[in-house]
Amino acid sequence: MSHLSDDTMDRARQLVELYPHPRSALVPLCHLAQEQDGWLTPEAIAEIAELVGVSPAEVHGTASFYDMLHTEPVGRYVVAVCTNIACMLRGAYELLEHVEQRLGTGVGGTSPDGLFTVEDAECLADCGRAPCVAVNHRFFGDVTAQRFDALVDDLVAGRLDDEVPPHGTLIRVRRHGGLRVGADQVAAERRAMAERAAAAKAAEAAEAEAEAAAAKDAAAEEAAKDAAAAADGADEAHGADEADEADDVRPADGGS
Amino acid sequence: MADPVVTSHHARAPEAAPGDVVRVTIDGRVVEASPGQFLIAVAEQAGTFIPRFCYHPRMKPVGMCRMCLVEVAGPRGATLQPACYLPVTDGMEVVTTSDKVRKAQDGVLEFLLVNHPLDCPVCDKGGECPLQDQVLSYGPGESRFVEEKRHWAKPTPISDLVLLDRERCIQCGRCVRFAAEVSGEAEIDFAGRGDQVEVAIFEKQPFSSYFSGNTVQICPVGALTATPYRFTARPWDVEQVESTCTTCALGCRVAVQSSANRFTRMLGVDSDPVNQSWLCDKGRFASASASSPDRLTEPLVREDSGELRPATWEHALSTVARRLAAARDEHGAASIGLIGGARLTNEDAYAWCRLAKGVLGTDSVDCQLGDGLPAELVLGLPRATLDDARTAKVVVVVSGDVRDELPVLFLRLRQAVVDGGTRLVELGSVPGSLGTLDVAVGHRAGDAPAVARALAARGACPAGVDPVQWGEALSALSVAGEDGAGVVVLVGRPSLAEHSSVAAATARVLAGAWPAARFLPVLRRGNVFGALDMGLAPGLLPGRVTLDAGRDWFSAAWGQVPARSGLDCAGMLGAATDGTLAALVLVGADPLGDFPDRGLADQALEQAPFVVAVDGFLSPSAARADVVLPVPLAHERSGTTTNVEGRVTRVAQKLVAPGQSWPDWVVAVELAARLGCDLPYSSVSDLWDEIEQLSSAHRGLTRSVLDSLAQRDGVLVPLAGTPVVLSRRPPAPIDPIATPGIESVERQGAPLRAGLAEPLGGSDDEAVVAAAAAAVRGERAEVTAGRGEPAEAGPQVGPEPLRAGAGGPETAAAGAPAAPAGSPGALEGQAAEGQAAAPSAEGSPPERHQRPAMLRALPEAPVPALPPTDGYGLRLVARRTLYDDGVAVDVNEHLASLVPPLQARFHPADLAPSAGPERSLRIRLRSRRGVVTVDALADPSVARGTVVVPFNVGGDGAEGGAARLIGADDVVVDVRMETVAP
Ligand code: SF4
Ligand code: SF4
Ligand code: FES
Ligand code: FES
Repeated sequence: MSHLSDDTMDRARQLVELYPHPRSALVPLCHLAQEQDGWLTPEAIAEIAELVGVSPAEVHGTASFYDMLHTEPVGRYVVAVCTNIACMLRGAYELLEHVEQRLGTGVGGTSPDGLFTVEDAECLADCGRAPCVAVNHRFFGDVTAQRFDALVDDLVAGRLDDEVPPHGTLIRVRRHGGLRVGADQVAAERRAMAERAAAAKAAEAAEAEAEAAAAKDAAAEEAAKDAAAAADGADEAHGADEADEADDVRPADGGS
Repeated sequence: MADPVVTSHHARAPEAAPGDVVRVTIDGRVVEASPGQFLIAVAEQAGTFIPRFCYHPRMKPVGMCRMCLVEVAGPRGATLQPACYLPVTDGMEVVTTSDKVRKAQDGVLEFLLVNHPLDCPVCDKGGECPLQDQVLSYGPGESRFVEEKRHWAKPTPISDLVLLDRERCIQCGRCVRFAAEVSGEAEIDFAGRGDQVEVAIFEKQPFSSYFSGNTVQICPVGALTATPYRFTARPWDVEQVESTCTTCALGCRVAVQSSANRFTRMLGVDSDPVNQSWLCDKGRFASASASSPDRLTEPLVREDSGELRPATWEHALSTVARRLAAARDEHGAASIGLIGGARLTNEDAYAWCRLAKGVLGTDSVDCQLGDGLPAELVLGLPRATLDDARTAKVVVVVSGDVRDELPVLFLRLRQAVVDGGTRLVELGSVPGSLGTLDVAVGHRAGDAPAVARALAARGACPAGVDPVQWGEALSALSVAGEDGAGVVVLVGRPSLAEHSSVAAATARVLAGAWPAARFLPVLRRGNVFGALDMGLAPGLLPGRVTLDAGRDWFSAAWGQVPARSGLDCAGMLGAATDGTLAALVLVGADPLGDFPDRGLADQALEQAPFVVAVDGFLSPSAARADVVLPVPLAHERSGTTTNVEGRVTRVAQKLVAPGQSWPDWVVAVELAARLGCDLPYSSVSDLWDEIEQLSSAHRGLTRSVLDSLAQRDGVLVPLAGTPVVLSRRPPAPIDPIATPGIESVERQGAPLRAGLAEPLGGSDDEAVVAAAAAAVRGERAEVTAGRGEPAEAGPQVGPEPLRAGAGGPETAAAGAPAAPAGSPGALEGQAAEGQAAAPSAEGSPPERHQRPAMLRALPEAPVPALPPTDGYGLRLVARRTLYDDGVAVDVNEHLASLVPPLQARFHPADLAPSAGPERSLRIRLRSRRGVVTVDALADPSVARGTVVVPFNVGGDGAEGGAARLIGADDVVVDVRMETVAP
């Protein structure tokens, strides 16, 4: 019996196959395991090591490097209070003091009810709404002491369950068709790339020719315009591809 | 093959054609180097030391600590670059002492000390610490940091032998790199980030490596300390001597350190051909066992009451002499048997061989305990050197797990497979540490000869072998020649439950099919190869000659040699049980622990009329002897030892043996005297001189050669017939930062120097080498230089065979004692083209005739037929483990806990009827010989139908463990599993 659930194991194996070297999947696998348990249990570390072919000490060593991976148990909610410059100027330290008091634990600790773990964080890239707090990587801006208390009440009451999943969950909607990019998709992308490149080259050549001729030949002008138009068309096609890929759910844009 | 991942942080030096030379200017001096060398090493060779922490000459550079920054001219002016990470290129201009460099060094050291606790007064490393030393030499002198340092609980154990002090760690990465890169067990790694970086183990898995002690040796600060050494000494308190580890047959070079006749520690010396500075933990820490209170300190004699009581040497020796003489007179010399001798130095072994074969006249002598290979096969196989094995195209392994048998050989071969492109194919019924690196071909125990034959013929996949593995094995082999060119075979005993004839047949098959292949016999006892070279085996005489080939030569020198071949260990134990063995001498042998058939060993010791044990401990077998004679152990004696490849190195005495111990050779000489024969040895040097004079394999290897600094790494024998492999360049001096403990002690006034009992102050002159080379060719050459001595010693150094006329009855009957040996009559027939000086009586001019030819032919080794398995469906595989119940581990408080439990491993499918796959359960294993109760464990790597049990590992109430199940004559052992009522 493995510690990781069958579903997690399945996804883990798929991830491992994505990379030329299994060990490249180490960090993604840590996130997977953390999604299951909220933190990286020793059992999970041992299984990840097995999956990617390194020693458990190496998994632990790598995981301990990253703040988003926890090698100690954490509460259901990890509350990260930004203390970087923008937030600091707008009262982050006072807020942090309040958070600690309200939750009954200091930075790095977990509240007595086991629900909340407090962290101080560097800039969360939400400076426009400073001071800012992230709960399980979902952002809450313009946080005051009162708003924080309300947020805690909401979380405890389960009113925010849709927006704030348990700790460890990075995304809640996955791409269809698993993690692998299909071979045909890759081939299509390659073809499009080649076409774009060819078109761009043709345009360049045509332009150069036109200049070399140094004549305001109407026919040459016509050709150059055509080529430029073709290149634009290819760019648009690429943009559409990118839009297709962005189907993960956006982090909840909370606030109280 | 190994994981092809290339970790990008390793600098890769460009490939260079041999012979290419680049010129580098270092501080204005032009220095020549070969391309690909790293700047730090080139500078060091040129006499410019660049400070460093993370760089270690035996590991890949990582450029992590920045201590080695130097200025290197480039297109954009001079820039600071790490010398350890920079391969030299032609025209490179380097400055190592500019203001900019000094400022960089100041900065690096100031930063390293920001969090360093500076608890030098209570730190093991204090006085030999590269951080201390380099801060003093290159540091700014004072720090601008006044902030609180980081604090951590300390020390924390990372293994049973190593403690970690995270506050002292400077994150050089040497230890974690050693674990990942050298030993291949990345059980320690950095954890955390920024100033919170720490070396850490995974909480559920300690750093259980067999090689953990090396991390302590290379840690450049006191962050890693060894539990056994902690707080025992300071570098300025200790003395040291260079010696050879004799815990196994690899013979790693070591520095042995002691304080006031108390062993403190052993450190690895960098010997390029052998251990490249690494040691295994058993070798490193087992020496401490010598100072155990359990050591024997006085002779013991069994009294009429049946008790072993302390006695005087005189009483003990005359008892032994009287009983041995009586046995010889009443039952003939062949009724005396001698087991053991692999613990001895070459000189001790030679003295005991002469006592047994030349004085007592018995050929029943065996330095192996039924756990090795036939002696003539070992000597007859074309031997590989360790470097041959490391550079082989393909290594074929048919032996026990090399990591357990010859641990540091595993490191060398692992490196060859992982980094050097050597392919490796292992045959066996359970994959070993080497097989898991490349190709492991699983087969049923007992089938090895057939599988080997198919492999050599590159034939079809034999029955019972996985076709996929077979395909991989054949493809690995494809890089080797049809005739075995480029192949090195490691041949040993994959299982002690398999008769040695199976292993012998396997080796014979491979040697026959691959005439160009070379072999390394995986025998692990300390000086087993030296003992074999000294003739401690049935049918052999010193110098790798057979009894028949050497009869005339040695009868002339010794007065007599046995007429017929004698018994091996199993034969002697068998003879003891049927009453034909009258006396048994155990020289550092413990058949109860080591002989594969515990039942036979038990019965033999029970029934042998007279047993003498010559030992440092009262081993279980010694406890059953009639007389026990105490002798020195490792580091308490001097002499030479011979390793697995035939390398003769010096063993130096550092400690005085406890109590009244007498060196083994003295015991032999004293016994001989009491048997009426004076052996002419008054020192170890006398013995070596005689070996050099008489042995065909050691001709030319005089004391002055052995003692010269240029031969510090030892000399490969046999010398005769091979090009002289004497080194002309002294090995590099001890690296102060790579192995700080050795160099610092030297700096404190205890130089690292090994010598024979009477060192000659060895000359490093070419003349010594020339003289040795001449002697090997059989010519006479004088050493003219300094304090050397003639390579072919004059008559006064020659042996004086059987000086006295008071021989025992049988010796007298042989007619030898009165006549000076080497009498022309005995030798005439051989005098034709011989060159070397003959053994001669005192004062008479040396005769000229030929030394006997060394054994070259391989003995026949027929493939034994396997018995039917009726009713006993599981085949037993008994594997040796590094730590077992042997006495050196048993009495060692730090190692005893590392002995694995007595667990039987099965393929899950074989265990399924009785247990869930992950449950361990108590079962009984029953063979035709006996029953043992063990814990059963499922292990998917074990082949179906096989049960794997560690050998000489006791477990509760199962005294004798696996050896209870094994019969000495069984070709293979089949067992069945019985459940035990809970
Ligand atoms: S423990 Fe020692 S060897 Fe390991 S990283 Fe720290 S200083 Fe280096
Ligand atoms: S490998 Fe053998 S010789 Fe080397 S340290 Fe270990 S026991 Fe000693
Ligand atoms: S400073 Fe707080 S989110 Fe940027
Ligand atoms: S960076 Fe060169 S020795 Fe550490």
